Amino acid sequence: MNLNATLFAQLVVFFILAWFTMKFVWPPIMKALDERAKKIADGLSAADKAKTDLQLAEKKVVDELKKARESATELRAGAEKQGAQLVEEARQEAAQIIAQARKAAEGEAAVAAQRAKEALREQVAALAVAGAERILRKEINAQVHADLLANLKQELK
Amino acid sequence: MATEHAPTASEYIVHHLTFLTNKKQAGLVDWSVFHLDTLFISIGIGLLAVFVLARLAARATSGVPGRFQAAVEIVVEMVADQAKGIVHSPESRKFVAPLALTVFVWIFLMNAMDLLPLDLLPNIWAAIYGAAGHDPHHAYLRVVPTADLNATLGMSTAVLLLCLYYSVKIKGLGHWIHELFTAPFGAHPLLWPINFAMQLIEFLAKTVSHGMRLFGNMYAGELIFMLIALMGAAWAGTVGSGLLWIGGVIAGTIWAIFHILIITLQAFIFMMLTLVYVGQAHESH
Repeated sequence: MNLNATLFAQLVVFFILAWFTMKFVWPPIMKALDERAKKIADGLSAADKAKTDLQLAEKKVVDELKKARESATELRAGAEKQGAQLVEEARQEAAQIIAQARKAAEGEAAVAAQRAKEALREQVAALAVAGAERILRKEINAQVHADLLANLKQELK
Repeated sequence: MATEHAPTASEYIVHHLTFLTNKKQAGLVDWSVFHLDTLFISIGIGLLAVFVLARLAARATSGVPGRFQAAVEIVVEMVADQAKGIVHSPESRKFVAPLALTVFVWIFLMNAMDLLPLDLLPNIWAAIYGAAGHDPHHAYLRVVPTADLNATLGMSTAVLLLCLYYSVKIKGLGHWIHELFTAPFGAHPLLWPINFAMQLIEFLAKTVSHGMRLFGNMYAGELIFMLIALMGAAWAGTVGSGLLWIGGVIAGTIWAIFHILIITLQAFIFMMLTLVYVGQAHESH
């Protein structure tokens, strides 16, 4: 157990090694450690953000789907209503046309009946005159009895 | 060691405990003597350690680390955490934390020299020494630098200087001197010499115990390795010596395994005490 100058040599070496470590070993390793810590922190927060983003997107998708479904329902309801309206209008128009046609036909029929009546009346007058002629066996002057015939026609109306 | 007669047990141990010096030591304290073996091995190991670490640090990636980088990072983070908990000045930590890392790694490696086979390096050295034309009987080599009191006291003195430096730097010279005379007992003028004596004893005790603790552990460990080696060397072809040889193998194994714990623990303790003492230099009484 001797004390000697080795002690001071060791002391100086100690400081030199410590200085070297401070200069060339410690800072790069600490830098790498800090950078990695930051990277991990960033990665974690990015993952968190992605998660929230995903949740938001999913919520949006659900909303959009709901909206689309609603508008589709609305569209269908509108279309159905419009279709029903169109059918209704067509039906009304058809009914109108039918009514008109019926009215026209009725009018025509009335005119035809009138005309037939007139014709029948003429014929009845002529038959009456012919009948009377036969009965009387004498000629009847149609001109003379025109008034009589007109009256008869009138009565037959 | 090509000897005519095998060395006796005490010769063997004395040979292993003799330093390689530049000249003969005169007396207990001789400032003109250097322990060349301690210096060579400790400086060699220290340089190797810091250059390997610096090489790694230069290529350190903040991405996925390799195994060696991860291992070094574990040590660095451990030291950084301890430094942060003990030394509260970030400015001081810029030097003290790397210093603590150096202490831990360097002392651990120097202690680990104990785990090399006891005669490996001394025999190589004896062969070189003999080949150079000297008497191989005088080829001395102490392999474990931390089992040299000069090395450990040198480091603890460095820590003492660091404490004095930070005391003055943090508290200011005036305040520090004031504290030397008024702490721990009080500011009464009658108490000044007592306070000052207490402070001196405290500094001395810290430094000496700091160095002695490491030295004592490693010296004792080395000595026990030598005794175990003597058990192994007792082999002489008889049953009794054979049992001794087997005992040497078992004891050597057990002691080496236990020593793995001791070398790590002592390196850690030296580092922690360095941080604690520097941390104390930052605190006012």
